[in-house]
Amino acid sequence: MIAEIKALFIKDLQLELKQKYSINSIVLYVLSTVFVAYLSYQGNIDSTSWNVMFWIILLFAAVNATSKSFVQERPSRHLYYYTMAAPQSVIIAKILYNSLMMIIIAIITFIVFQLFLGNMIVGNTLFFVSLLLGALGFASTLTMVAAIASRSDNNFALMAILSFPLMLPFLLSLIALSNIALVTAEFTPEALKLLGMTFGLNLVVIMLSYILFPYLWKE
Amino acid sequence: MKKNWWKYLSILLLLYAIIYGFMVQVPDSNIGDTVRNVFFHVGMWFAMLGVMLTSFVNSLKFLSKGNMYNDLKANQAVLVGVFFGLLGIITGMVWAKFTWGEPWANDPHLNGAAVSLLVYFAYLVLRSAIPDEEKRARVSAVYNIFAFVILIVFVGILPRLSSDTMHPGSGDGNPAFGDMDAQMRYVFYPALIGWIILSQWVLQIRTRTKVIEEYIEEKELNF
Repeated sequence: MIAEIKALFIKDLQLELKQKYSINSIVLYVLSTVFVAYLSYQGNIDSTSWNVMFWIILLFAAVNATSKSFVQERPSRHLYYYTMAAPQSVIIAKILYNSLMMIIIAIITFIVFQLFLGNMIVGNTLFFVSLLLGALGFASTLTMVAAIASRSDNNFALMAILSFPLMLPFLLSLIALSNIALVTAEFTPEALKLLGMTFGLNLVVIMLSYILFPYLWKE
Repeated sequence: MKKNWWKYLSILLLLYAIIYGFMVQVPDSNIGDTVRNVFFHVGMWFAMLGVMLTSFVNSLKFLSKGNMYNDLKANQAVLVGVFFGLLGIITGMVWAKFTWGEPWANDPHLNGAAVSLLVYFAYLVLRSAIPDEEKRARVSAVYNIFAFVILIVFVGILPRLSSDTMHPGSGDGNPAFGDMDAQMRYVFYPALIGWIILSQWVLQIRTRTKVIEEYIEEKELNF
């Protein structure tokens, strides 16, 4: 099991390093959207808008990055994986790989925000903890939704419809969390409650994916 | 006759709730007689939760046994649940217009209800996007399980954690069973049971007609 996950994870990583297609396109996407925001705000951005812009750009980047998870390779290759590995290994490897991608994307987005829109974060630790939890949550939810959407003919349009309502609990608590981080550097009780909830949601989504993915995988 | 006792029970309970609900003495408060709406508005949500639970159970059954009947029933249950949810939103909006002065307030209870309905609309869109029956049943069952979890999170958990809400029922536990007048409870609980049974009845009729429709369709194809 561990060996399978490792092999699949490394396969995805090598595929990406060879093509460098998705990470480059996401970086370009983030750069251009933040640049548009920079031009439109003309330096008058307040902390609420900063926060909302950050998470919305990250959300769309995440959807873009993960929507190809199950369609970039040919169905015949999927059949090959099906015969070689347990479905649980496939989904765990994909979630791990997408989490890694999401963490990289989140850090890139943060750096680009620093460049164009300035830094407004006071509680750095709190913000980065929530960024980490958010990246994991986005990755696990979107991986599962990508698996569901890949079973239909209209992958990309469905991806948006199916994922946004499922992402909302994450998004709401993350925006509330970074709102706290914009004001104070402390871990307030409210922040701890929100962190706990985000973590719990993460666990629920990963558990559900682990249990349900085998039903999607067999064709 | 013997098997249908619960349907008669539902009719009796709802008749009682509708008639006595307008006669019962309600406590004097600043929202006046509109408090009687609680017999209807809350009932809609309980009915929706009931059929959505049925849908969830049927999706689980489908995934474990693969019987297409369970898929059909899960789909119909979502349709009935969405209908009751929309009714719940409409009754809530009428009430909110009177109580808060606007039909939609930015409140965790209201937004949570709207989001969970969105998830179920997404479920219906997903179903229409997959032509193959067997595949559609499997994929939508998986999504339905996610949808139910979101429903529980948004209707059951998040509103209770929130501190800034006008909607009753965040500090005092359940959104419905707050500090209600004793007289009103005599109407309230029967009304809830009545609505829950009614929704199951609607679901039963819908499922049966759908089964018959599919049977006829198959006959015509074979003819």
